[in-house]
Amino acid sequence: MDFAFTEEQEILRKMARDFLAKEFPKTLVREMEEDPIGFRPDIWKKMAELGWMGLIIPEEYGGSSCGFVDLIVLLEEMGRACLVSPFLSTAICTFLLLDAGSGEQKREWLSKIASGEKVFTLALTEPSASYNASGVSTKAAEDKDGYIINGTKLFVHDAQVADYFLCAARTNLWSPPEEGITVFLVDARSQGIKITPLPTIADDKQNEILFERVTVPKGNMIGELNAGWPAVKKTLDRAAAAKCAEMIGGADWTVENCVAYARERTQFDKPIGSFGIIQHYLAEMWAEIGHARRLVYHAGWLIEQGLPCAKESAMAKARMSEVYRHCTRMGVQIFGGIGTTREHDMGLYYRRARQALPLFGSPDFCRERVACEMGF
Amino acid sequence: MDFRFTPEQEALRKEFTEFCKEEAKSAPEGWIGGLAAEETDEGWAYHQSVVKKVAAKGWLCLPWPEEYGGKGHGPVEQLIFNEVMAYYRVPAIPFHFMTVAAGIMVYGTEEQKKEWLPKIARAEINWAEGLSEPNAGSDLASLTTTAVADGAHYVINGQKVWTSGAHRADHIFILARTDPNEPRHKGLTFFINKIGPGIEFRPLIFMNGSHFYNETFIDDFRVPRENVVGKVNQGWYVMMAGRNFARANIAFAAGGKRDLEDLIEYCKETQEGGEILAKKALVRHRLVELAIDFEAALKFAYYIAWLQSKGKDIAVEAAACGYYASELNLRLANTAIEIMGLYGTVTRESNWAPLCGKFQDLCQWSSGFTIAGGTTEIRKNIIAWQGLKLPRD
Repeated sequence: MDFAFTEEQEILRKMARDFLAKEFPKTLVREMEEDPIGFRPDIWKKMAELGWMGLIIPEEYGGSSCGFVDLIVLLEEMGRACLVSPFLSTAICTFLLLDAGSGEQKREWLSKIASGEKVFTLALTEPSASYNASGVSTKAAEDKDGYIINGTKLFVHDAQVADYFLCAARTNLWSPPEEGITVFLVDARSQGIKITPLPTIADDKQNEILFERVTVPKGNMIGELNAGWPAVKKTLDRAAAAKCAEMIGGADWTVENCVAYARERTQFDKPIGSFGIIQHYLAEMWAEIGHARRLVYHAGWLIEQGLPCAKESAMAKARMSEVYRHCTRMGVQIFGGIGTTREHDMGLYYRRARQALPLFGSPDFCRERVACEMGF
Repeated sequence: MDFRFTPEQEALRKEFTEFCKEEAKSAPEGWIGGLAAEETDEGWAYHQSVVKKVAAKGWLCLPWPEEYGGKGHGPVEQLIFNEVMAYYRVPAIPFHFMTVAAGIMVYGTEEQKKEWLPKIARAEINWAEGLSEPNAGSDLASLTTTAVADGAHYVINGQKVWTSGAHRADHIFILARTDPNEPRHKGLTFFINKIGPGIEFRPLIFMNGSHFYNETFIDDFRVPRENVVGKVNQGWYVMMAGRNFARANIAFAAGGKRDLEDLIEYCKETQEGGEILAKKALVRHRLVELAIDFEAALKFAYYIAWLQSKGKDIAVEAAACGYYASELNLRLANTAIEIMGLYGTVTRESNWAPLCGKFQDLCQWSSGFTIAGGTTEIRKNIIAWQGLKLPRD
């Protein structure tokens, strides 16, 4: 039993914190939020040079063979910095390619991810707004040269900058929903693709993608025909745990900054942090994050060990989403009026907490998942 | 990061589990665990029989040095034992065990350690707690019970309250004021002694009708000088030595997890309006919320034991663990009786009572969990003051 991060992980954390503080200050976060593309290729290149995109990619494909817990460290720092980047989108596709891709596909695509050359995103969700297999109705029909995809994907992060989509499409209309889905690697510049930005509470670069008779070569199938769903489901568990790590970073920022503010902000001739009610708000936030963090790290460790994690990941996502939402709510309350403004950083976290809540499974969705895993 | 137990720890867990499963078979009818041990004579007899067996195995004091009867294990092994014991509702730890043992271990003289620790380890002593007073609860340092030196003795006078288990105890520990001129916690001394003339208990019946707590009237109670633990006027620190451990008590998380499992089974077997309770969306939601809470509480308790095994100060984490888990038990009990509806409030005397009326009982007991040993508010103060360094005034 060892709950500490390794020395290497602490170094990674410090490096990431310093890098993001220097390269991605909150002024840039705001600029990127308002920019329709919201992508800085120069910073992306530096992140690749630091080895971030290749962190969890095996050495043979140009990565550094690190584990999921290393990724958690990095994502915590990204959440703390409110980084606007297609990093998580690309990482999620990395999970899927690692799990389901053929040797040849891994050699070709993972090395390009690790080098920062290519940006990927998962095109899974649709107007059904569901993370269940039954929510996928985009179709891929076999044609002489490959497959032809028709349908609408929605809530797709970073499609505006992605070079490739990993698109989940229905290839068998008559089977149970889980047994008729196939994943395709789709070139974002293919004919018949139309991308429309979807504005959201956190300006987090979501999009609608319209697939109109988009042709994909047979060799771009990831995994077996009709066998895509188990891999997608596994990827979603990892994506949920990864999102939790970002939330931990944001929640830590919130408590640290609220504590600092409560020590210096004076009302009634006293620092507001000397008032019992403010002390208890902060103590509760600290304790709730401390407990939720244990769930997230446990899920992350299970993923790293290659052990089953569906229940634990769902528990972590359900709890961390609600803890982050509550902490940022109390954060605004502690900062008072200024915390409600666009110019104050607190709002950045408040909006992100609400954005993170439904991603890769809302708390309600996750709880239902836990109930099923627990056998009731 | 590694969430695995070592093979040795897994082996210990297996051994503890086998023992507790076996002992659980001889529990009195309708046994609900926890505080029931001091309530009834059958409960007390069961408690005593298990405690003696556990002590004989040396499991009461796994992390103690071997010279005092311990096994030289760490806090993680102790927590594994406590978790298993609480999960199987086996009352295996004498009341106030750690408070006295930790005080003597850290602050006692070599003679005291040799005299008291082996007896405590063998569970030969049942302690009554003499800390709180009618006017000194959360503000314990304001206590007014006095101890005055008189030859080879101290003479103690005053009143204590919430003396849990005094009616089952043979010994008492008392925190009393030895220097009225020193402010608050600076003038206090920690005494241990056999209960004798000058000590009188009066039952303080809990809201569910149980006799667990007592009032204690102390009138010229004479304690030999050699039974002062630590230095005179430094009793506060002696008391605090066992406090952190008590606050990280895993029993709330492990015992509650078992109670939740029982509630889930009940919901799987019980219909309401033709529908199985466990299939109702609202019930599922509530059960899973609790399951997540207990998972987090258990993981957090092990995190604290691990911190402790690394020699870290755990006061702040233990405060968080204590308030979280005790509030959680209250939440569990209230949720359970709400799910059970009208049946939820039926007490154990009736055959209609689901699960022997356990949850209506627990929802009364747990209203005290968030007070005893440090209220939720005091625990949050500890987090705010010691952990977050917020100003006290």
